[in-house]
Amino acid sequence: MTMLSFEKKYRVRGGTLIGGDLFDFWVGPFYVGFFGVLTIFFSVLGTALILYSTALDGVWNPWKISVAPPDLDYGLALAPLRQGGFWQAITVCALGAFISWALRQAEISRKLGMGMHIPFAYGMAIFAYFSLVVIRPVLMGAWGHGFPYGIWTHLDWVSNVGYQYLHFHYNPAHMLAVSFFFATTLALSMHASVVLAAINPGRGEPVKTTEHENTFFRDAIGYSIGTLGIHRLGLFIALSAGFWSAVCIVISGPFWTRGWPEWWGWWLNLPIWAR
Amino acid sequence: MKYRFPLVLAVLIASFFGVVFVLQAFERPPVLSSQTGFRGTGMVQVTNPRSDAILWDRNQVPPPPEAADAEGDRASSIYENVPLLGHLSIEQFGRIMQVMTEWVSPEAGCNGCHVEGDFAAENNYRKQVARRMIEMVRHVNNGWANHVQQTGVTCYTCHRGRPVPEQVWSAAPEQGARGMAASPRMQNRGEPSVGLTSLPHDPFSNYLSGAENIRLQSPTALATGTPHSIQNAESVYGMMMHMSEALGVNCTFCHNTRSFSPWDESRGPRVPAWHGIRMVRDLNTNYIAPLRDILPANRLGPMGDALQVNCATCHQGVSRPLFGAPMLRDYPELASPPAQ
Repeated sequence: MTMLSFEKKYRVRGGTLIGGDLFDFWVGPFYVGFFGVLTIFFSVLGTALILYSTALDGVWNPWKISVAPPDLDYGLALAPLRQGGFWQAITVCALGAFISWALRQAEISRKLGMGMHIPFAYGMAIFAYFSLVVIRPVLMGAWGHGFPYGIWTHLDWVSNVGYQYLHFHYNPAHMLAVSFFFATTLALSMHASVVLAAINPGRGEPVKTTEHENTFFRDAIGYSIGTLGIHRLGLFIALSAGFWSAVCIVISGPFWTRGWPEWWGWWLNLPIWAR
Repeated sequence: MKYRFPLVLAVLIASFFGVVFVLQAFERPPVLSSQTGFRGTGMVQVTNPRSDAILWDRNQVPPPPEAADAEGDRASSIYENVPLLGHLSIEQFGRIMQVMTEWVSPEAGCNGCHVEGDFAAENNYRKQVARRMIEMVRHVNNGWANHVQQTGVTCYTCHRGRPVPEQVWSAAPEQGARGMAASPRMQNRGEPSVGLTSLPHDPFSNYLSGAENIRLQSPTALATGTPHSIQNAESVYGMMMHMSEALGVNCTFCHNTRSFSPWDESRGPRVPAWHGIRMVRDLNTNYIAPLRDILPANRLGPMGDALQVNCATCHQGVSRPLFGAPMLRDYPELASPPAQ
């Protein structure tokens, strides 16, 4: 693998969280580390379990492969492999792989003396998954409340779980999450467009600078958040979208069992306008 | 002196009110869940055991009085104007009159329906309504077994000790929300009839008194033929919100929501529900609506129709009214009309 001339300078030893120097090396462009080994172990094992499970099902159409969680009757106990045990083992592997990957990101960040922003941001995605397959099932008392691992089946699960609460768009945390998802795409597109506009001036013109970008937004909306600020804002709204997504599913069931529209009774009954 | 915003205090106060709000506005674990489909499909009913206990207490059947002797003289031999119950023995007749009073008119007693001192008199409208309602109950128990099965219904299924059942509906005036949420289609009012949604708040006129069909979903990926409008869909959604709320169940009680319409992917309870919609239409059209002519104005809705039946009238938050107690068994007088 080729390496850029200056890249070697950044390949520093140390900064590992566990394992000392044992796994502190690179394979081609990739840093290994203890958590790299762990990531590979869990992802290979998890993938093999999915293949084993679907081989037993005799399903090889990728759209239709699905590993379903156990029946609710098993509660929080282990289930036989073919009755949901595969799902439980694969969940352990998935969490093992995701968390190891985040810790590997942390090790690389430590080597480079960077902040922990990257593992933190990735951790939010792990948290959302963890909420779906661990926090909510534990709060509701059965692993069977997790979602099935299949391209089509997980969508069917989403549909049915949404309709368990009659109209999911009335879920207040879902509202926040959706708003943040829209906001993050809006901010990203505005950011990307202003950057591309500044570095693609008319023929013969010099590339424009940050002050042009700032001036554009000051003229357009009266305020420019600035070059550092836009990345802080982007991180905040992107992570908020993930965070409120996790909240919106955790509260559906454990903290609200009826239709979400009914939750808004307190709003309709505010003394300002209640009939 | 330089003013410093008391940030810590502000955060503490805000979180205090936040916690109070969250505790007040939400429920809490543990919750009960029961699986109604293949594992992992999300076909699950979720309930709160604290609310279930209240619902259980509220939907108990009153203990039946001792069974009456069917032998002896017929009621018609000593009472006048007893066309529906005259074939009973005097003892049976007295028993059914007594329980009907307890079920429907516990406060006014016999005089709720009868003219004091002249039980045969016909000039109390309530007596005529009651007579029609006995016919209706027998009609339900005989003609609608595909909805009520062998459990059947009695006066108590709806009345629960009230002269007018608590959960009834009448055609709503054409009035949507006002102000910023104004809508021409009776929308945005957050009415309990549609589970506090913004959906059109009178789903009943179309489907439970009118015979409009509920099937809207296109059988093909892209709608062909005459596609239904979004307004139709919202109206149906409103009706379905009512059914869910009335039965205390969620959509997956009947449907696999990956595709609502196919019967082979739906659950069993969708069949009695389908018959139930037709049963309610039958009762509203043939039994309730004609009472408009004899009911006084204070027993009519704002549009001048009689107060009609919907799913909640019997179900009252439970998927099987009175938790499926076979109450009719103790009151055979309401099961069938007299043998001709």
